[in-house]
Amino acid sequence: MKNLTIPEEEYMLPGHTACLGCGATLAMRYTLKALGKNTIITIPACCWAVIPGVYPSRTLEVPLLYTAFEVTGAAVSGIRQALSAKGIEDVNVVGFAGDGGTADIGIQSLSGAVERGEDIFYIMYDNEAYMNTGIQRSSSTPKGAWTTTTQVGKVRDWKKEKKKNMVEIMAAHGIPYTATASIAFPEDFIKKLEKGKKIKGPKFYHVFSTCPTGWLVSPNKSVEVARLAVDSKVFPLYEVENGIYNITYMPKKEVSVKEYFSLQGRFRHLTEDEINEIQKEVDESWRILIEKEKWSKSLIKV
Amino acid sequence: MNEFPTPIATVPSTSNKTGGWRTFRPVILYDKCIRCMICWKFCPEPAIKIVSAEKYQAKNAAIAKLDAPEIDYDYCKGCGICANECPVKCIDMVFEEKLEG
Repeated sequence: MKNLTIPEEEYMLPGHTACLGCGATLAMRYTLKALGKNTIITIPACCWAVIPGVYPSRTLEVPLLYTAFEVTGAAVSGIRQALSAKGIEDVNVVGFAGDGGTADIGIQSLSGAVERGEDIFYIMYDNEAYMNTGIQRSSSTPKGAWTTTTQVGKVRDWKKEKKKNMVEIMAAHGIPYTATASIAFPEDFIKKLEKGKKIKGPKFYHVFSTCPTGWLVSPNKSVEVARLAVDSKVFPLYEVENGIYNITYMPKKEVSVKEYFSLQGRFRHLTEDEINEIQKEVDESWRILIEKEKWSKSLIKV
Repeated sequence: MNEFPTPIATVPSTSNKTGGWRTFRPVILYDKCIRCMICWKFCPEPAIKIVSAEKYQAKNAAIAKLDAPEIDYDYCKGCGICANECPVKCIDMVFEEKLEG
């Protein structure tokens, strides 16, 4: 008898070259568990481009296509169209890109694919910087973070800008389904992917995945940090289905932003006042999200 | 004929034994383990296998019926997520050199 809360099938092999405690590998593992064998993955330049190892090593049990940094959306559209032309409809076409390849460099091709209404999955595993090339700031890096391009030394040049909200951008496209997910909540993530399988059209997932190397977190705290991000409301779990918001996980205990920051070296330079300011912004966006859920649900015609 | 065919990666990464990266070895204490499989769920390798219930002893009869987790030391990099997430804290992280004796 097995005591499992997520599917047992494994489509990712061990022996890959991800860092200790890598959150991106967990994101891929859960994605394949939910989508199964009939899946084609497309990966641009990102951490996952090096995780399978040096050629001719492979680590996935499903086909994987490497593309250039900015074309994930175009590549998945092409694969989908080619399959449809051949009359193959039961294959999940997945674009799997990091936050740099999605929110910065790949946003135009993603926007195009979503606008055309291609029947694809797009998964953005968000490790909040360009980790593969050495921790450079991306538009998905949160406010307050240290990176190698927002350094903190004599000059305190930590990132002053807010994190880009990709789910809002996707919702503004009128996408049929978009959701946030976290590696610390695999059941929630898999449920959202199962839901996506039933929907025709583009599906976008923003998956929070810890990077112990870049966030200066101890590798064993990788999942714990991701859980604290959700509990502290820094990264709320919700979905937007045809414009209707739905919060899928209500944090049960009060966790402050300070507690979430305390496990990470990239925030250790922040003063009490700066953390309080970020706490206020987090509280405000959480309040707005709850209002959005109430308001959008009131629009449903009975 | 195409002299330079499209490169297709065919060698499974299992030929790369990443166990050599490990500094601390997770050791499951099976008499305390409740076989909830949370360690299996959060293993990023994945280096934790599910083995049949009879392979390991358990004190409680209900727990003894459940399939047990087993760590594959060929691939475990020793990140320690399993030990950190274990609800009954039955996974010890042991310094490898100590095990060498």
